[in-house]
Amino acid sequence: MTTTIVVTGIGATSPLGGTARESWDALLRGESGIRSIDAPWVAEHDLPVTFAGQVKVPAVEVLDRIEAKRLDPSAQLALIAAREAWADAGSPTDAHERVLVDYATGIGGLWTLLDAWDTIKEKGVRRVPPMTIPMLMPNAAAAAISMDLTARGGARTAVSACASGTESIANAIDHLRAGIADVVICGGTEAVVHPLPIAAFASMHALSKRNDEPARASRPYDVDRDGFVLGEGAAALVLETKEHALARGARIYAEIAGGSVTSDSYHITAPDPEGSGAARAVILALQQAGVTPDQVNHINAHATSTPVGDVAEYQALERVFGDRIREIPVSATKSATGHLLGGTGALEAVFTVLAVNERIAPPTLNLENQDERIPLNVVTAPLPLGDGPLVAISNSFGFGGHNSVIVIKSID
Amino acid sequence: MALSQDEVLAGLAELVNDETGIPTESVQLDKSFSDDLDVDSISMITIVQNAEDTFGVKIPDEAVSDLKTVGDAVNFIVSAQA
Repeated sequence: MTTTIVVTGIGATSPLGGTARESWDALLRGESGIRSIDAPWVAEHDLPVTFAGQVKVPAVEVLDRIEAKRLDPSAQLALIAAREAWADAGSPTDAHERVLVDYATGIGGLWTLLDAWDTIKEKGVRRVPPMTIPMLMPNAAAAAISMDLTARGGARTAVSACASGTESIANAIDHLRAGIADVVICGGTEAVVHPLPIAAFASMHALSKRNDEPARASRPYDVDRDGFVLGEGAAALVLETKEHALARGARIYAEIAGGSVTSDSYHITAPDPEGSGAARAVILALQQAGVTPDQVNHINAHATSTPVGDVAEYQALERVFGDRIREIPVSATKSATGHLLGGTGALEAVFTVLAVNERIAPPTLNLENQDERIPLNVVTAPLPLGDGPLVAISNSFGFGGHNSVIVIKSID
Repeated sequence: MALSQDEVLAGLAELVNDETGIPTESVQLDKSFSDDLDVDSISMITIVQNAEDTFGVKIPDEAVSDLKTVGDAVNFIVSAQA
């Protein structure tokens, strides 16, 4: 008998709002979190892209000043999301050794690293802050969460580019099924709206350059999509065994029934054009969840709004679902949030959990002329999902050929 | 122009407060950084870095371990200014 895993807490701080609920409500209202970047460095460096999905509520407005000083922005956002999720779950346990953190980032403490390098150049090596290394290390967010929530069952970090957040949730399922923890805090964060990543992503022609219309720039599946929009933010989920959740009378949002990780072994940045690695990820996650493709009735797609990536994901889905892929309601929520890199899978998992829990698929913005090569049933206004059993998947794919998929089911 | 002991104390108290949140009025000459104020080693390094910039002095690494109390640091800075 497979151990049933459930979601009992969610948290997020995103371009749409400072909490999971605020982000979800804004998403359902069809709001965009994409705006021009209000920072002097945009003009100073004459950046080719001048907009992004920055967090709606800056971390320094939430955290204590001294607490924030020792955390990179990526870990600040992670801590905010994790605290929200833990409180939302009702602080599940005092058995600290049975609480595990598996938390992701794609890049880590980039601001800290580059600020320290600027300091060396401007003021010399004696002025490099002593907290530089503990703030830039990619495990800093997991460590901060572990310390703050007294989680002593291990603090792990999934790093697989834009698949990281989803991979941490897949890992969390494994930890709970292996019996090494009763409760896992998982999710992901990213905070790299900084000139260097913008310049570097633009250099590889990955970013949208729709500078005059930021809110219309992230447009998955639209014929005029021209690249992804960089976002920042963090999300967290509290997972526990159903047995543990029921024993303490916890509110259960949904079941996390399966999670998978596969790799393309094809190209460092390009998706496998046949989508076989991505398709295998979907199939493995569904198998682990004990459901068939016929039972899936909602998909939160990776859908970054790049010309190539959106087609590749469609082809992977078509391999798994056949002609039925034209009917399943698909939401591409990066249209509203931008692409949070290592945080994106976690935020989309929160959205998918809420979609299943509230039986409504969130809208995809900016779909005006759907690419005929991608004949998906794209949700463009909030769509009720009916009264029957719900099975949803959330996909994430990352540079390096990383694929990760999770399966979320309504509670029986 | 060299600052007085009181002026250095006031400036140092601001730096300690900025790094640790400890109220400036708690930063007194007889207080030990580690035992009384609970300033950890990382914060101590940051305070020393900022003190070098603020007071225009150099505080060598080997001198830092001798700065046990706020008074030790204030006296070091006052003499180093001269």
